[in-house]
Amino acid sequence: MLTWVLRRILAVVPVLFGVTLAVFSMLFLVPGDPVKMMLAEFVTTPDQIAQMRAQLHLDEPVLRQYGRFVASAARGDLGTSIRSRRPVTTEIGENVGSTAQLAVAAMLVAVALGVPLGLLAALARNSWLDVASMGTALLGVSMPSFWLGLLLIFVFSLHLAWFPATGGGDLPHLVLPSVTLGTIAAAIIARLTRSSMLEVLGQDYVRTARAKGLGGFAVVVRHALKNALIPIITIFGLQFGNLLAGAVIVETVFSRPGLGRLIVGGILSKDFPLVQGVVLFVATVYVLINVLVDVAYAYADPRIRFG
Amino acid sequence: MARRLARHRGALVGIVVLAVLAVLALAAPWLSPRDPIRTAPRAALQAPGGAYWLGSDQLGRDVASRVLHGARISLTVGLISVSIAVGLGAPIGLVSGFYGGRLDALIMRVIDVLLAFPGILLALAIVSVLTPGLTNVMLAVGLSAVPTYARLVRATVLSARENLYVEAARALGSRDPAILRRDILPNVVAPLVVTATLGLGTAILAAAALSFLGLGSQPPQPEWGRMLSEGRDYLREAWWISTFPGLGIMLTVLGMNLLGDGLRDVLDPRLEV
Repeated sequence: MLTWVLRRILAVVPVLFGVTLAVFSMLFLVPGDPVKMMLAEFVTTPDQIAQMRAQLHLDEPVLRQYGRFVASAARGDLGTSIRSRRPVTTEIGENVGSTAQLAVAAMLVAVALGVPLGLLAALARNSWLDVASMGTALLGVSMPSFWLGLLLIFVFSLHLAWFPATGGGDLPHLVLPSVTLGTIAAAIIARLTRSSMLEVLGQDYVRTARAKGLGGFAVVVRHALKNALIPIITIFGLQFGNLLAGAVIVETVFSRPGLGRLIVGGILSKDFPLVQGVVLFVATVYVLINVLVDVAYAYADPRIRFG
Repeated sequence: MARRLARHRGALVGIVVLAVLAVLALAAPWLSPRDPIRTAPRAALQAPGGAYWLGSDQLGRDVASRVLHGARISLTVGLISVSIAVGLGAPIGLVSGFYGGRLDALIMRVIDVLLAFPGILLALAIVSVLTPGLTNVMLAVGLSAVPTYARLVRATVLSARENLYVEAARALGSRDPAILRRDILPNVVAPLVVTATLGLGTAILAAAALSFLGLGSQPPQPEWGRMLSEGRDYLREAWWISTFPGLGIMLTVLGMNLLGDGLRDVLDPRLEV
């Protein structure tokens, strides 16, 4: 098992190198001169442009620039934001907590809504309950998160005044954003739980459990659900990535501080070091979470590690 | 196949929804009561009903006309984005899966790297180096979906390649392009059609999201995502500005998802999720 885990971790190294290369190359894909684009809003002298070029090391050979980029990133130095003139790492550090809080809360909402909904649909297959649950899930998958967010603000903030519409920090501020983000993921989890559960319910050992006289509840919880949840662990990793990315939109809807708003602000103001830093950070976190998920998956399903 | 699709209740609903939307989109210039971008400050924030079926926005523009024109934009953006994704992804997957070897290994490593950027992040990264605008949004959304299609096609080709009839064709002296076209490609079509239909919905959502963030369509274009973001500041006094474009996005994506799910059940039951 340890060898398997180590091999899985080592497999990440080339991917992460690739990610750094992709993020590093972003600057070279800018049509025209990236420095001029970054400083477009300011009145600049050729001296200032040359100074910025030197600050970003754009006057060095490309290979050396990339080496410097990777070495700095490995040390936790992602450069300096052009707008705020503060280290990108500091900016990320100040915002990551809020986004992590949102992503974790949204995941809880997603699991709490999605698993029971999928379970209900599978157990009552082809009944009106199944159609209603899956119809709700389909609506959830088709719903733009920014619209759902606005609807929730309209009902629960403006009309009922139960929760604040914008801002971040405490629990009341977390409710509407996490429900918005979690509902979309819940729909996907519900659909997967249903199909996974249907597959497991058709297995021989479930029939055996029923044949030996176990009650319906015990069969479902002890035998079926436990195995049906295994594939859901994988989607957990994928969904966590989607939640991180979805936070970009939800944070904007609720004017909530976080990595999402940081990156959108960075893109709008052409602050490339900031954008590169946040993209690199989020992609790295996503890759690492997927390693953790794979390891958890292997623990849950011995066929993976011995297969 | 058409008959089986027509008997699939979900797919049928999807087809009807999409057909209605397509007709509305095509006929938007004739159906719209007013010019979608013409402002009329005196008629600002009128509630739905009366002269303005779906109300007017903060600049007095007719929401109904804007929503109708928005359907044109969203459907076009979805189709072009998915065409870019399939047009690049499918050949890459085809070549990678069919020839295998070092080329395949290299392509797959690149795709692994691109898939390390979750959800909309890759599209955001692409849009960040381009200038905001609808064309660049289509490019960003399309390019960010290329890895998905490349991987799907590659996987299908890998399994199709092992079929006995491919071996037979090769033994009979068929050349690679002929084998690819005659024996491999038909296997790829079904999963590709299903994924592309579902992908249309995803692309429309992503493009609308980018416009909502201010990175896509620019004012005064009547794009649904943009309209939602403009209506956000008037939620209290004019809920209709953001509600109708939101409904438009949801119905379109719902239609695509229903049709995609139906196509999957009909064309390739093995893919069922």
